[in-house]
Amino acid sequence: MKTQKDINTNQEYKYGFSTDIENIRSPRGLNEDTIKFISNIKKEPKWMLEWRLKAFNRLKVLKEPNWQKPKYPKINYQDLYYYSAPKSASEKPKSLDDVDPKLIETYKKLGIPLTEQKRLTGVAVDAVFDSVSVATTFKDELTKKGIIFCSISEAIIEHPDLVKKYIGSVIPISDHYFATLNSAVFTDGSFVYIPPNVKCPMELSTYFRINASETGQFERTLIIADKGSYVSYLEGCTAPMRDENQLHAANVELIALDDAEIKYSTVQNWYPGDKNGVGGIYNFVTKRGACRGKNSKISWTQVETGSAITWKYPSCILQGDNSVGEFYSIAITNNHQKADTGTKMIHLGKNTKSKIISKGISAGSADNTYRGLVDINEKAKNSRNYTQCDSLLMGNKCGAHTVPYIKNKNSSSTIEHEATTTKINEEQLFYCNQRGLNQEEAVSLIVNGFCKEVLQQLPMEFAVEAQKLVAISLEGSVG
Amino acid sequence: MLEIKELITKVNEKSILNGVNLNIKAGEVHAIMGPNGSGKSTLANVLSGKNGYQISGSIKFNGEDLTEVSIEERAQKGIFLAFQYPLEIPGVNTNNFLKTSLNTVRKARGEKELDTLTFLKLVKEKSSELGIDEKFLSRQLNVGFSGGEKKKNEILQMKLLEPKLSVLDETDSGLDIDALRIVADGVNSSKTKNNAFLIITHYQRLLDYIKPDFVHVLSKGRIVKTGNSELGEELEKSGYANLQ
Repeated sequence: MKTQKDINTNQEYKYGFSTDIENIRSPRGLNEDTIKFISNIKKEPKWMLEWRLKAFNRLKVLKEPNWQKPKYPKINYQDLYYYSAPKSASEKPKSLDDVDPKLIETYKKLGIPLTEQKRLTGVAVDAVFDSVSVATTFKDELTKKGIIFCSISEAIIEHPDLVKKYIGSVIPISDHYFATLNSAVFTDGSFVYIPPNVKCPMELSTYFRINASETGQFERTLIIADKGSYVSYLEGCTAPMRDENQLHAANVELIALDDAEIKYSTVQNWYPGDKNGVGGIYNFVTKRGACRGKNSKISWTQVETGSAITWKYPSCILQGDNSVGEFYSIAITNNHQKADTGTKMIHLGKNTKSKIISKGISAGSADNTYRGLVDINEKAKNSRNYTQCDSLLMGNKCGAHTVPYIKNKNSSSTIEHEATTTKINEEQLFYCNQRGLNQEEAVSLIVNGFCKEVLQQLPMEFAVEAQKLVAISLEGSVG
Repeated sequence: MLEIKELITKVNEKSILNGVNLNIKAGEVHAIMGPNGSGKSTLANVLSGKNGYQISGSIKFNGEDLTEVSIEERAQKGIFLAFQYPLEIPGVNTNNFLKTSLNTVRKARGEKELDTLTFLKLVKEKSSELGIDEKFLSRQLNVGFSGGEKKKNEILQMKLLEPKLSVLDETDSGLDIDALRIVADGVNSSKTKNNAFLIITHYQRLLDYIKPDFVHVLSKGRIVKTGNSELGEELEKSGYANLQ
């Protein structure tokens, strides 16, 4: 294994360690052989490989999009590895006992309850290390209810009908460059199926970790909530500190059928790069949910604190009548981080409702853009949208931008948009200081207050973590 | 407890305080009165350590020179400023703020931090002493509070933190007579032989309820007259004009 050069200039990033573990890698570069290698090592059926190759052929004629605000140096796709897995995991572990202890140790350091002893926390975890899913906890308990929660690789083999039916149905393989790239080379991710009228009894969670260097991570998640079901799903992400930029291009597809509800929460803390903007993850992710059934609901909550560049728009396609889409977002950028994030709410059905609450915080020399689309189709009678975008600036070198696109083809719909930009208030800081709080405590308090509407959407145990993360991300940004 | 010597304060080269001398001993209540623009609020801000002033002269608190001491350290050492215009902090629960503040100060004093239950009991006790409706403690800090509620909240914080020196910056302005009484009761019931109060006000009104040991008149950045509580009453009748 190649020796890693880790940088330690960023003391605040406590997940910056890397695990010295033996890896199996695909050959370097993006080509048919790499795709065949991935498909083969995962023992995928032929249809899956064909699907991947179809995406790859499409990719050849696509160009990387270039309309976003944060620009980045050209990525050499032939220079990357597309598959990297701990050697011990290439033979699929049968139970937790078969998992490499070093991996378990890594997850322990990250605070992930991988062992079922910690069942009291009530979170079922699927953990993805570089390209493979390592272990899924609570499987038995979920199986009793007919819930399928496993890695996507496993689902392709064990539940091919469900995967075939839904994969690519929300994000078509020809969608755009990064989504198509993901379709060609995705390595692992989570799969969730909730049967009709089942309320998933616990939070489902996936933990993503990039460990190996020069490796892109392309995970794919597919969640299907059948009629009348409910699921709450949370993903968390970290990566070691490296002075190279690493690409993370995930696809997440959600499907909610009649009367079903999916709540999807993200706490993204990929390595943001050091104070001078060296290194960090390019987080170019496509997340899209389809409210396919009537009265269905999809709610996205994201806390984006990491990554050098965050570029993503978790979206809802409101097809079913009376369906509801929600997007709650906190995007924090510090030092040289850049974010261009928001959502798309596509109203197709009657009486569809969407709500967007976005809180952007910029500090240091960072740049933060909210970009969102509210698109109301002519058939979407009586639909409503409410959008609120608040930006908070800290210091004089950062930027905040709001770019809302609104398309309305329907006179019976209601669209509201509110936006504010404020600078962190010196008097508020003085007030907190006078009550004994130091500058960092004061900033954390004020910023957490600013983000409250979004934080309270998170499941309890993660809300506490997210609050701490908000404070840590902004350390040293004032004074 | 507090010794101010030849305090000169400027903002952007503009003189505001022009040599203030003031000694406050434990157990005393001092009032500073004076017309608009005489430097009253500046004095309060400078005592709390607020940035943005060029300062010369000395301020000693319990023998320690405060020049290099930060705002929060002064607060932790027991200097409390009741704000003329308390700040609104959206999204921050009042109880949560009070608890964070109290525990920070307790920690600095070497006392044990209070757990939530003990804290809630304490805050309930203190607020009922002040006749404060508990409901506002679960609201966002000062957001949508009336002027009176904001000032009462300041006094509640003062009672919780038990500072050595409390500086009340025009806490009486804009209060109706009932709120004024609550503020005064809050001060009177907190008075001990170990703490002191500096009450900054325009009017005699508050001093009808809080009897000061000394009244100082601040004019053009200087204390031009010092007397006992009768001085306040005199000023009420004759105004500041004669003193300048």
